[in-house]
Amino acid sequence: MIFNKGATITSTGNSIANETGSWRSMKPVIDYSKCIRCDICWTYCPDIAIDKVDGTSYSAPYSQLKKKKVPKINYTFCKGCGICVNECVSKAIDMIREEI
Amino acid sequence: MYKVMKGNEVTAYAAMLSSVDVIPAYPITPSTLFPEKISELIANGEMNATFIPTESEHSAISVAIGASASGSRVMTATASQGLAYMHEMLAIASGMRLPIVMAIGNRAISAPLNIWNDQQDSIDERNSGWIQLYAENNQEILDLTIAAFKISENEKVHLPVMICMDAFLLTHTMEAINIPDKKEVTDFIGKNTTNRIILDTEKPATLGSFASPEYYTEFRHQVTVAMEAANSVIFDIFSDFKKRFNRNYDVVEPYRLDDAELIFVSMGAVSGTIKDAVDVLREQGKKAGLLRLVAFRPFPSQQIKKYLSMDVKIAVIDRNVTPGYDGSVLYAELRSILYDSDFKPEIIDFIAGLGGRDMTIDDFIKIYTLAMEMNADSNHIVWEQLKPLGEDVS
Repeated sequence: MIFNKGATITSTGNSIANETGSWRSMKPVIDYSKCIRCDICWTYCPDIAIDKVDGTSYSAPYSQLKKKKVPKINYTFCKGCGICVNECVSKAIDMIREEI
Repeated sequence: MYKVMKGNEVTAYAAMLSSVDVIPAYPITPSTLFPEKISELIANGEMNATFIPTESEHSAISVAIGASASGSRVMTATASQGLAYMHEMLAIASGMRLPIVMAIGNRAISAPLNIWNDQQDSIDERNSGWIQLYAENNQEILDLTIAAFKISENEKVHLPVMICMDAFLLTHTMEAINIPDKKEVTDFIGKNTTNRIILDTEKPATLGSFASPEYYTEFRHQVTVAMEAANSVIFDIFSDFKKRFNRNYDVVEPYRLDDAELIFVSMGAVSGTIKDAVDVLREQGKKAGLLRLVAFRPFPSQQIKKYLSMDVKIAVIDRNVTPGYDGSVLYAELRSILYDSDFKPEIIDFIAGLGGRDMTIDDFIKIYTLAMEMNADSNHIVWEQLKPLGEDVS
């Protein structure tokens, strides 16, 4: 760690080093059988902690949706703020207590 | 060139001479004349700068922080409640190590509402990480402000500076000022080279970033180290100033200290009156002297020890109050640094001149007499001119 004058950082992309997942007490869990792949959770996540991954192996409300990418929560960075739960139009995300 | 000017106008002129780029300001008595004069200078084409009238003091200092962070030379002015309203941003300015110069028209803090002079407002901000210089007269306002830009932009310092001037006694009092040529001032301060990391789209940077408990202490320590470094930087810059402009300054000013039996300690405009009182006392064969503090932050500990660590009585003129502590701030700090000196002088605190109450030559002669009559058992905290409770003061 270099203590730059005025707590200055001149390189970019270093928030990746700050693993905020440990802040979480509640954890969002996606029920893919309800998820309609609308990507609203992905849009709203303030920490860019939701990735889009290949959906073929995930369950879906109907089979055509399996061709689309699915949102996947990155728990290394998800702080458990619950915004995705609040925004989900098909009520496919649940907030559950974090177990150690 | 000599000009007759009020203290506030002098600060505006100093901004012009120092080639300030951005002036965000919100008017408050007694500093209102500063933004007025600045907009006049810009409208007349005498000054080339961006004047940003903000909706509050909090916004004024925030704009100053943003402008300084992007590399501009910045100045603003405020007083009293306005300075208090800036409080949370002051530590951000110093923590981000931004050169900013701010003129403070020292005014009492409410309640009760009072627009007149004491030094409570800036003394309350002594822990904010800002350098504080106190002017005695209008010429000093000009000279200290010009020097302040050079101090705050120094690589070893990179801290914001407050130029404190007493409300009305300086801000609204006219004096003849020796104004240097702009070229001389430019040569003295130098170009704004931004020898620091700034906000630049070509070279992205975060300033004043997040610091968790593992890192925070070190950044606070850095501000303290910079403040210590400022001590010698100020000395060098004042020496350079003397060579160029032939006016001499130091972080303290001793006045007739030789063989003194009682030494007044003060800051700001009241020191001029004390000097006159010292002259009167000396004529009467009474050995009085004055040590005036020009710098309050960094606190000139070494210089104070040099002049005061001896068998004298010291009368501290405190123009502030710290309720719940025995004595006021200047007294407490002075006493603390003299604790480990070889000779411990007897120190008496005179809490005086609050909320614009006049302090005359006669008052200081009375203070001298009172202090000389005191012994070790006397109460060393004196509220000067305090009226008894319940007395009809109308």
